[in-house]
Amino acid sequence: MIGTDLLGIEDLERADIERILDTAEHMREVGRRVVKKVPTLRGRTIVNLFFESSTRTRASFEIAGKRLSADVINFSPSSSSLKKSESILDTARTLDAMDPDAVVVRHSVAGVPKQIADVLAAPVINAGDGAHEHPTQALLDLLTVKLEKGRIDGLTVTIVGDILHSRVARSNIYAFGKMGAEVRIAAPPPMIPAAVETLGVKVFTSLREAIEGVDVVMALRIQSERLAGCYLPSVREYSSTFGIDREKLKYAKEDVIVMHPGPVNRGVELSHDLTDHRPSVILDQVRNGVAIRMAVLYLLSGRRQEDAQRIDLGSGEGR
Amino acid sequence: MSDRRIWIRGGRILDPAAERDESGDVLIEGGVIAATGAGLDARGAEVIDANGAWIAPGFVDLHSHLREPGQEYKEDIASGGRSAVAGGFAAVACMANTQPVNDDPAMTDFILDRATQDSPARVYPIAAATRGLEGVVMTEMSALVGAGAVAFSDDGKTIMDGGVMRHVLEYSRLVSVPVITHGEDRYLVANGVVNEGPVSTKLGLPGNPAVAEEILVVRDLILAELTGAHLHVAHVSTRGAVAAIRQARDRGVHVTAEVTPHHLTLTDEAVLGYDTNAKVSPPLRSAADVRACREGLVDGTIDAIATDHAPHAVHEKDLEFTVAPPGLIGFETAFPVVLDLVRNSELSPLELVRRLSTNPARILKRPGGSLEVGAPADVAILDPDTSWTYDPAKGYSKSRNSPWAGWTLTGRAIATIVGGRLVYHVERGVLYP
Repeated sequence: MIGTDLLGIEDLERADIERILDTAEHMREVGRRVVKKVPTLRGRTIVNLFFESSTRTRASFEIAGKRLSADVINFSPSSSSLKKSESILDTARTLDAMDPDAVVVRHSVAGVPKQIADVLAAPVINAGDGAHEHPTQALLDLLTVKLEKGRIDGLTVTIVGDILHSRVARSNIYAFGKMGAEVRIAAPPPMIPAAVETLGVKVFTSLREAIEGVDVVMALRIQSERLAGCYLPSVREYSSTFGIDREKLKYAKEDVIVMHPGPVNRGVELSHDLTDHRPSVILDQVRNGVAIRMAVLYLLSGRRQEDAQRIDLGSGEGR
Repeated sequence: MSDRRIWIRGGRILDPAAERDESGDVLIEGGVIAATGAGLDARGAEVIDANGAWIAPGFVDLHSHLREPGQEYKEDIASGGRSAVAGGFAAVACMANTQPVNDDPAMTDFILDRATQDSPARVYPIAAATRGLEGVVMTEMSALVGAGAVAFSDDGKTIMDGGVMRHVLEYSRLVSVPVITHGEDRYLVANGVVNEGPVSTKLGLPGNPAVAEEILVVRDLILAELTGAHLHVAHVSTRGAVAAIRQARDRGVHVTAEVTPHHLTLTDEAVLGYDTNAKVSPPLRSAADVRACREGLVDGTIDAIATDHAPHAVHEKDLEFTVAPPGLIGFETAFPVVLDLVRNSELSPLELVRRLSTNPARILKRPGGSLEVGAPADVAILDPDTSWTYDPAKGYSKSRNSPWAGWTLTGRAIATIVGGRLVYHVERGVLYP
């Protein structure tokens, strides 16, 4: 159920996801206007609380809020509580005292949005926490696939790369699973989380087998710091075994699409050519991200806990 | 210690040392058990009505952190001692990771002086096995034992150098006290903060695999076998570690082991929701591990229940899950929590008391754990049936980091006597010092 917060896809029902996607499809239209602004959230304050630096997601939330006429404040405290005297919860309480209507939280440690939501009256939207969840990314990926394929139910989606450290992977595993797709993962074995099959995925170590006959291939970003923990021998070896190019895509369905949450390491996760051209849909993902965040902000903003009971979310207002 | 006469009337006497489980009274005089049984003549004594509650030897905790000196904002010997007696503990052993570290006889002296002045519970200092807990140079074990150290351990800073551990074990034979190992391979733990498995995967937090514990426990069992020293394994938490200890005992290795109330009753699912009060080292494990720990405690592979009482301030636990320090407070909740094994018919009341009192006293070679006439009068009166809501803010510890906060618990220490003196009564609070 959509509650006061959006902390993860795990907490959502299929009907909630469908409602967000439907709302986002209407929001997409706003972005195509000359005057890209509707008055829906006028007078509302949205705080982007980004403990971990992020350009793309923060910009996407900021644009989404502004297109809905909300006042958007960006707040980026230093990422580690160890470096400062104030704990994350104190920071959150301080912000809450300024009566925001929604707080968008990104942090490098899993669970921080939940910890903050536990002490905040304002709704909390998780913009990515450690290797836990990145729900708006998964929602925008769903929207992109839905617009491309006309459906999600019955599709097969393969997520390739560093599943262990990826919040995008976890959110997408839940998201596509709940919408009726089959989800596969493929990764070098050290990057496969323990007992990951309990999340409802099929695990592959052979990329070829993993993408055999699939509708969607989603590549994740590889970080070179993973070499230090012996998750990978080299970026070059990763690129030759798990990098996606047109040759390997031949095993997938003919109308396969390729996705990436960005930013792409060109020539590593995706070949140069694929990064820029169909069947990759990377810029569509970015575009749909704004619409998804508009939908989420619209559905949740102003649902401070004391008001939550009184706001009717089912009205379809704003369509 | 005291000339007081205390007549505990009408309880269920549980004395594992004498294999005794029967109704009766206990008379305490001159700091020792003067008489037990029915029909005692105790005119003039202070009367405590047990009303059918258990009368047991006061609990002995093999593993706690009292934080003094150095981190008195978390706990000190006074508050820790008060919290201990409120949980039925007459004696607690405290780990060496104070600031400065208890690696010097003067520090052991200080802790014991403080305990004598401030603590209603007896305090048994565990000294560091290596100076500064750095795993390099051995501490002066003879001098430390002379000052009152009861065991040696670097606890959470596991000695990773097998050669150092071997020599620590060898040298410990000189003083005949146990070396306590916190078995965790630092490299396999890496940055793990929750048990590796479905829960770590779901939470997206770095996993700490069971094998990290098992590899170190196996190493130390082999070294104990080689050296003939007494190895005590702290807070066993995995199925593999229980099995390894069982095998080592079977082949005659001098090993004893403890398990905590939390590893006996909580699984890693307690961490879902990112409750940092359930972050502990070693981490809460799977249901299969919990089952194995319970079986090990029942069959005697694991000798004792120890709390690993580890206070941390609220502002420290209010941090990111990876940053918040591991540990939870456990004195006041231990009894009701482990009573689960009695309710579940896994242990008899007598066998539970053996693992809370008699066995830990034996491991440390301290008096206690017995209600025989002439034994020091360390007694806990325990009501196994009363239900109460646990609020750490109303407890005696300075800290509140408990995963059981707000739980309704069944079973409670209603009085604790140390050295013949009533130091705690549930209705009157801590009475001494």
